[in-house]
Amino acid sequence: MTTPTAVALEDARVAFRLGDGRVYTAVEKAHLTVAQGEFVAIVGPTGCGKSTLLNVAAGLLKPAAGSVRIFDRPLAGLNRDAGYLFQADALFPWKTALDNVAIGLEIKGTPRGEALPQAQKWLTSVGLGAFAGRYPHMLSGGQRKRVALAQVLIRNPKILLMDEPFGPLDAQTRQVMGNLLLDLWNADRKAVLFVTHDLEEAIALADRVVIMSAGPSSRIIGDWRVHLARPRDIFEVRLDKEFHALHREIWSVLKDEVMKGYAQSIQPAEAV
Amino acid sequence: MSRVTLLALQVLVAVVCLALWQFFSSVPVFGKILLPPFFFSNPVDVFSQIVKWFASGVIWKHLAITLWESILAFAIGSLSGVLVGFWFARQPLVAAVFDPYVKMANALPRVVLAPIFALWLGLGIWSKVALGVTLVFFIVFFNVYQGVKEVSRTVLDNGRMLGMSERQLMRHVYWPSALSWMFSSLHTSVGFAVVGAVVGEYLGSAAGLGYLIQQAEGVFDVAGVFAGMFVLSAFVILIDFGVTLVERRLLVWRPAVDGHS
Repeated sequence: MTTPTAVALEDARVAFRLGDGRVYTAVEKAHLTVAQGEFVAIVGPTGCGKSTLLNVAAGLLKPAAGSVRIFDRPLAGLNRDAGYLFQADALFPWKTALDNVAIGLEIKGTPRGEALPQAQKWLTSVGLGAFAGRYPHMLSGGQRKRVALAQVLIRNPKILLMDEPFGPLDAQTRQVMGNLLLDLWNADRKAVLFVTHDLEEAIALADRVVIMSAGPSSRIIGDWRVHLARPRDIFEVRLDKEFHALHREIWSVLKDEVMKGYAQSIQPAEAV
Repeated sequence: MSRVTLLALQVLVAVVCLALWQFFSSVPVFGKILLPPFFFSNPVDVFSQIVKWFASGVIWKHLAITLWESILAFAIGSLSGVLVGFWFARQPLVAAVFDPYVKMANALPRVVLAPIFALWLGLGIWSKVALGVTLVFFIVFFNVYQGVKEVSRTVLDNGRMLGMSERQLMRHVYWPSALSWMFSSLHTSVGFAVVGAVVGEYLGSAAGLGYLIQQAEGVFDVAGVFAGMFVLSAFVILIDFGVTLVERRLLVWRPAVDGHS
């Protein structure tokens, strides 16, 4: 008896209706599974529909065809088992850091008196214990991401969906955040689906790296297992020989797609 | 520049203006008084008029009436603006149907409504409140409408992914966003509430600052007109100061846009 798969997309196809009535197929025939406790990174060129796939897993988008199963049950509506970390700022600007984190529990009906101490605990574990009273605009980009991480994790979701969460941050902050994420993830090993355009980041973080082809109608064209030992340190792991070998191998496939994606990005979208 | 220097310069402007006014209205230049007292009065007379009003206490009643009218106009206008703004923003069909009428009503110069309100509501405070409401309502309405419509897509999605129900989204996302837009127009809407009250009083009433000015004008008491204007300005500045305090308390979460936070 195997444990149920956390996320399973089968033959998923996602299409959008363009302004002029044509249909744009973003993703086609996508097969993707994330096992329980597995950290999967999706990498692809700009505009390949990797975020689209993530939104399908979140239930924010409905696939035009194919099925989405979460813990072996078909997904209807929003994915209630998942926490979602957005690329853009998604904190409530009118709430303090503490209230932003506590809201995750308050929504579930936890009394404020209980939610606040827990929120404080989470803020401390993302390194922002002293910033509870700050409003989002008083925090740096990296600090806001930490709050967002605490906001999602306090609800203890079974699945973590992350859409280029560290994209807007500078290179050093990204690595620090990557390590923080791995530390937190190591505590209970949730299923993670992590979208990024940064192959190094993907290999350093994930158990599996999935490569998507350039859009439109992008598909999953590769799936690599990362055998680097855990727990990892992002700074160290980049010096590993295996890391380099894997990076070279995946990049040889990804490179063509990146070039294709770039060529397409400077041309108008085609109807498919 | 230090605060003291700035303040000194600011006071200097007032002193120079008042001195020139006093000079040209009392001392003949080349045998001619440039500011005839009948039309321009002079600072001393204006000041003594103000002192008389406060000493005798008559001014308090007028101030209280104008203040009360402004508060009512602001409260009723804001409340209805928030409710209708919310309603329209959440019901695009309703908004689309009423759109031309809203534009029409807003394009109308509100002063022309004053006689109608005086007919309908009498010469008491309510005709002035109504006039103020028509001014305040549209400012608040447009801001709240905008605020609800322009809630960030990501923040909204985040709320949904965190498990918010439609009601919780209302409370934690739409409502604060709408209110922040409303508060950002607080100075304007409070100002318009006062304008509505004073203009209404001026056009027909038995009390209030507008009434005071209109009465003075009726008997060619220019000192009285100026005195009324100065009291009115001071009154508006005080109210505006109060609004700033309230704003600072309510909008702490917002980044300072103008640089002096």
